[in-house]
Amino acid sequence: MITDLDFGEIGRTLPYVMAGLQYTVQITVVAAIGGTVFGTLLAMARLSSLKPLALAAGGYVNLMRSIPLLLVIFWFYFLVPVIIQSITGADRPPQIGAERSAYITFIMFEAAYFCEIMRAGIQSIPKGQAGAAFALGLGYWPSMRLVILPQAFRNMLPVLLTQTIILFQDVSLVSLLNVTDFVGAATKVAQRDSRVVEMYLFVAVVYLVLCSILSFGVKRLQAKIAIIR
Amino acid sequence: MNLGIFVEQVPDGDGPWWQSLASGLEWTLLVSALAWIVAFILGSIIGVARTTDRPWMVRLASAYVNLFRNIPLIVQFFLWFFVVPGAIPPVKRWVVSADPVTYQLLTAVVCLGLFTAARLAEQVRAGIQSLSRGQRNAGYALGLSQVQTYRYVLLPMAYRIIIPPLTSELMNLIKNTAVAYSIGLTELFFRTREMGEMTFRYFEAFGAATVIYAVIAFASNRAMALVERKVAVPGYIGTAK
Repeated sequence: MITDLDFGEIGRTLPYVMAGLQYTVQITVVAAIGGTVFGTLLAMARLSSLKPLALAAGGYVNLMRSIPLLLVIFWFYFLVPVIIQSITGADRPPQIGAERSAYITFIMFEAAYFCEIMRAGIQSIPKGQAGAAFALGLGYWPSMRLVILPQAFRNMLPVLLTQTIILFQDVSLVSLLNVTDFVGAATKVAQRDSRVVEMYLFVAVVYLVLCSILSFGVKRLQAKIAIIR
Repeated sequence: MNLGIFVEQVPDGDGPWWQSLASGLEWTLLVSALAWIVAFILGSIIGVARTTDRPWMVRLASAYVNLFRNIPLIVQFFLWFFVVPGAIPPVKRWVVSADPVTYQLLTAVVCLGLFTAARLAEQVRAGIQSLSRGQRNAGYALGLSQVQTYRYVLLPMAYRIIIPPLTSELMNLIKNTAVAYSIGLTELFFRTREMGEMTFRYFEAFGAATVIYAVIAFASNRAMALVERKVAVPGYIGTAK
């Protein structure tokens, strides 16, 4: 039945496809770090006693979470040049390309998801902790930085990492903007050499192995850092 | 911003752009509904299998969940759409003879259904495991078989408990249908892109899609909240009044 498959194709095109995987990993790492930073700020804004700030942050998060990632990717692809133009006052929108706008897209998109995780993390800290920090004379920012956030971050670390694994998979959607990420590289090779079966099977297996290892690692970590209460 | 674009005719189409988007929305909802049925049935079976006392069932169900959760959705789409017919000649013969739209719809429903089933299975398992052991034992003590215990004791409780996470899974499914654009299914995102490309009115097209998706998300959220109140078990935390 399967006679004309040529898995040697994978070996021949490996450097090109691996460069794609490297791009995917880069986006994942940058977006995870950026998303955590912005997500934490968003979470603090959502929990703020300043109503307009809380409403604005909540609106942003809910909007991001209710539309498909694919739509967000295309929105930013068209919007980022226009926004940069309006900031710099240039005559025409800068040509930044899908490869680079994807970094901004994923940071902004993941911030919404990381926000909800960090919000849960902050809310899981007993009220007494914040009270104790204020009693020690710490202001809002020091008490957040030294007391609340370290604990919230520790409690939520497994969830943050699980979300990062999902992010790692979601980056594959940029291939629909012709970006040469892991899936994009495989698609280009597959179409050029008509080796669709081999290339996509390879991609699937690599994702399966990497994500399984990462999930297993997260599970181990979770068991290790769990605080016995 | 020019909202007049929505009543302009689609070049070589029949009808204005708003109708094109509406037909895309129909496909999105159709695929979501069919995939949800597949996911609900399969996810329930797999989720239950993971909580039984038969090791082979637990292992098989866990393997399913791991397989479908660790491969990106778009790659799964490509596997079903390109790899399965490419590797299995009888499927290829059928695909060549089949209507392309039927094949796209079938691929989308199977792909999204199996993908979402893995997620639902996790929720169903979590729901069953959140029940106290006494519930299962009480079922057995009454002389119910294992199947009957699940049917009459465990599942009616578990489903009620997991309604909130099921709501987010349903919303995820609706959002995920946009990925079917990659295999050419003419759902809402496909129509949105098409409108942007052909009219260069990206703002209007994407804006309309954003509003539609946000409304769907809000509506399904409200609908599920209604269901949640209807079936709430008295005496549990989170039971509204």
